[in-house]
Order: sequence, then structure tokens, then C-alpha cells
Amino acid sequence: MNPLDLAGRVAFVTGGSRGIGWACAELLAGHGCNLAINGRAETGLAERAADLAQRFGVETLALAGDVARAAEVEPWYQAIFRKWRRLDVLVNNAGVLEPGLVGMIAADLVDRVIDTNAKGAIYNLQAAARLMSRAGRGSIINMTSIIGVEGDAGNTVYAASKAAVIGMTYAAAKELAPKGVRVNAVAPGYIETDLVAGISADAHARRLGQIGMGRIGAPVDVARAVLFLASDLSTYVTGQVLGVDGGMRI
Amino acid sequence: MMPNERKLRDAFIAALGVAPDAAVETFTYRGIKEWDSVAHMQLIAGIEAAFDIMLDTADVLGMSSYAIARTIVVRHGVDIEA
Repeated sequence: MNPLDLAGRVAFVTGGSRGIGWACAELLAGHGCNLAINGRAETGLAERAADLAQRFGVETLALAGDVARAAEVEPWYQAIFRKWRRLDVLVNNAGVLEPGLVGMIAADLVDRVIDTNAKGAIYNLQAAARLMSRAGRGSIINMTSIIGVEGDAGNTVYAASKAAVIGMTYAAAKELAPKGVRVNAVAPGYIETDLVAGISADAHARRLGQIGMGRIGAPVDVARAVLFLASDLSTYVTGQVLGVDGGMRI
Repeated sequence: MMPNERKLRDAFIAALGVAPDAAVETFTYRGIKEWDSVAHMQLIAGIEAAFDIMLDTADVLGMSSYAIARTIVVRHGVDIEA
């Protein structure tokens, strides 16, 4: 049996309509996994889901809404339950990056970043764990960042939010292991997504100089690590933070 | 007793580990030593499995007695009189 065969399983990718989330959705669907994808706006989301269904022959579901709003999150899991009666994989990916130097951090920036990256991840983790626990199996993959591991000047709030994701990963992994639910985190380094699209040429060059492999990562580089954690290749792996950074050190 | 009422009662008995003839209708969360937070999550899982439903977080937090549990499963479409 191919441990990468995900046929018949169900995954949910938050922030799954673009960037790393979209790469994860494509790779999981390409391995036969039925897919629910979330995006903040309805525009284009259903088309994305239909595209996955058409290209990979899997069942899909588009779930629009904001992960930071608990009242919007819970109905997504009711919808997944109604459609499939199961959830095997959560890719807890939705996130925002808003830089701010210490001394210039506005309260509303703190709210936006923490609400989406930390609170949103907790809301989804909790709802997913409920569905997975009843089946006695499941894999939750939280998207953190090398910035949450090492810190980064100018990104104190983002670092705090992503460090929170690591803390929740460790805690939930301990609590959910007896229920057969694995909880891990992936910590991407410098990846070519919308989050870094506006970076200056100087800053880009400085980032590349921090990467041992000397190149920016592609979303699919991260998706391959997510596939490993979603699949039966990692059935004895829980409570880990897997760096996908090409040897980056900040 | 109707089958769905029996299912609910059985879920309480199994999750809380009490005698089959226990007066579950009088139980409240933390009102007896058997109904602690761990047993509560087992009770939720048992009720969800028994009726093939998924409860909301508000239901999980608010299910503080047998009577409230009965109300919640009815709200999720279970005909408790059936």
C-alpha cells in the first residue's frame, strides 16, 4: 500500500485559495484527497474548488469566511461533517504578515495579526480535533514560521503570533495523542508568496544571504512537508516543528 | 422509554461509568464526582456517535445537565420521542 495514497480521505486547508495554502490543496488533491478550502472572500473560491475537483477527480467544498471570527469557523466543520462525516487532515494555514518596529506597533495591528494567526488557529484546531477524535485518527498541521522560531527585527507581533502557534502545537499534541490525533507544525522560511511580494530588492538580497541553499523557497516546497505530515509516512510523528527553510538563519 | 431517550441515557451511563439504573435525569456537570471535564468530553463524543450529529462548542460548554443535553440533541434534529 502506498503511504502517500490519500484516496477517500478529507482535508481542510484554511487560507487555501492562494500561496502556500493553494500549493497544499493542489498536492493533497493530487494524491486523491477530498478537499475543503477556505478563503476570506467568496470571490474565486468556488472556482478554485471546482478547479481541484476537475483536475484531480476529488470532491471539494468552498468555505468562505474569516478564521479570526469564531462564529464563522464552527459552521465550516458542520458543513464538512454533513458532506463527508469525517475529517482526516487540517492544514491550519491562514495567516497575515504585518511588519511593525517596536515603538510603532498600533493596537489594531496587534489585534489583526494575533486574531488571525493565533486565535484563528486555535478555533480551527479545536473544531478539527472534535471531528478527528471521534474517528480516533487525524493529522493537524499548523503553519508557523521561522520568524516564530527565531524572531526577526521588525516583526515582533508576527513572531509572537507564530510562536503562539508552536506553543499550541506542543500542548495539543500532548492532549490529543491518546485520541490518535497528531499535531505538528511546519515552519517555512523565505517563501515566494503574496506575503513577501512587496519586499524591496535590497531586502530580498539580504534575505537570500541568510539562506544556506541560496534561493527563495517555492510554495510547493512547503506543501511537500505538509503532505508528509498528512500521510501515513508520519504515523508516529507528533508534537514536532518541521523547518522548511533551505538552511535559513535570521 | 423510547429508543432515542434510551440512547441518550445509555450515553450518560457509559461516559460517566455509573450504574445502569442510576438517576441520570438528576445529574449535573460537576454535581457528581463521575462527571468531570474528562468524562464530559467522553459524554459529548458518545452522544455525537449515538445520534450521528456534531455538536457546537456552545453546546459542549452549555451541556450542564441531562435535561439540557436532551434539549440540545432535539435542536440538532433528533426526535427524542421516537
